Amino acid sequence: MIPGSFEYHRPSSVQEAVGLLAKLGDDSRAIAGGHSLIPMMKLRLATPAHLVDLGGIADLKGIRTDGDDIVIGAMTTQHELVSSDLLTSKIPILRETSLQVADPQVRYVGTLGGNVANGDPGNDMPAVMMCLGAIYHVMGKSGERRVAARDFYQGAYFTALEGGDVLTAVRIPVPPAGHGYAYEKLKRKIGDYATAAAAVLLTMSGGKVASCSIGLTNVAETPLWAEEAANILEGSTLDAATVKRAVAAAEAITAPASDARGPAAYRTKMAGVMLTRALARARSKAHG
Amino acid sequence: MAKSQVSMEVNGRAVEALVEPRTLLIHFLREQLRLTGPHIGCETSHCGACTVDLNGKSVKSCTMFAVQANGANIRTIEGMANPDGTLDALQEGFREMHGLQCGFCTPGMITRAYRLLQENNNPSEEEIRFGIAGNLCRCTGYQNIVRAIQYAAAKLNGVPFQEAAE
Repeated sequence: MIPGSFEYHRPSSVQEAVGLLAKLGDDSRAIAGGHSLIPMMKLRLATPAHLVDLGGIADLKGIRTDGDDIVIGAMTTQHELVSSDLLTSKIPILRETSLQVADPQVRYVGTLGGNVANGDPGNDMPAVMMCLGAIYHVMGKSGERRVAARDFYQGAYFTALEGGDVLTAVRIPVPPAGHGYAYEKLKRKIGDYATAAAAVLLTMSGGKVASCSIGLTNVAETPLWAEEAANILEGSTLDAATVKRAVAAAEAITAPASDARGPAAYRTKMAGVMLTRALARARSKAHG
Repeated sequence: MAKSQVSMEVNGRAVEALVEPRTLLIHFLREQLRLTGPHIGCETSHCGACTVDLNGKSVKSCTMFAVQANGANIRTIEGMANPDGTLDALQEGFREMHGLQCGFCTPGMITRAYRLLQENNNPSEEEIRFGIAGNLCRCTGYQNIVRAIQYAAAKLNGVPFQEAAE
């Protein structure tokens, strides 16, 4: 219940934060909303000697348009995502997903950056980011680099971030107007992590799927981008037989843990069910 | 670790204190400020009994360090009643609608419901239930909590409260 002792740092710039994390080394952790890290610290599963609080860095906030992309500051809270008229009109899957994350209190404080950077397979936003083809801006010792969400996740709690790195923003190419979208999440109760969840984005043309992208949450050690399943659906009318083949392809890449949310085989099957529902809902929203 | 100075406004009063960085906001409120209204009901950030209103947001004070709340404006259940001591609409609603049994979740429920009604001053039953999803109650089954919040919404909107038929 009571975390171990640590020294608290509150930098006012990204440069300062990166410098601190690099200097303080492996025994330091960045803290964003803290709603993954603090529960771990209270259980003493995490015992950093130094916390570098990103909460005072103005550059990490804000949602802005940049050409065909929307760039979201890493310290943007889930509540701010939900409340953003820009995001609701341009990338509505974000609001739909965010409202399925945790509960109102957690959403007031929990950040998009924390949700995508932590590498927790249970977090909802990573699969959605893979689905969207998002790119993460990362500031580190050697300057800024960009990493595609689809290349970012390496294992449970293992990502492309290295010591001293701070994920500063998420860049998302705006999906075409009239696109269909859905985030379908099976959970034991509202606010729980996913037993299995599927993110779908698609566009239709003349009654056929013109483009499709699928992400899966919490059915492997990392979020999954179901590329083959999406390819199967492209050019189809989302007829039952083709959907069945796509679902089988999606199920084939899952490797869920057996835990209190269910045995692995069940969770794989539920990933398929969530995908089927998400495809139907996305189809109903798409124009064309 | 060396203590940090924090200052905040809590229930309308300015507060200055020294805290360890690792001191959780809930412990600071309860043990240093003696505001024992917010409760500790779990170890896992699920139950919401610790909920406070911080800078216009419902926050689980067990999942924030006091140092992160430096400069914040905080309201706890102790700050909900009207200045003349009469109950606010939510407190009255919880009394009238029997929205509590043991009362352990109640400070967090009312503090969260206060912000919920600021977000949406006329929530449907479904919106209320979704809106308090971060607050767990083991006694009541939530029905009377929902009624209490509906009562308060009606009172704040100046309309008569009509209970739905069973």
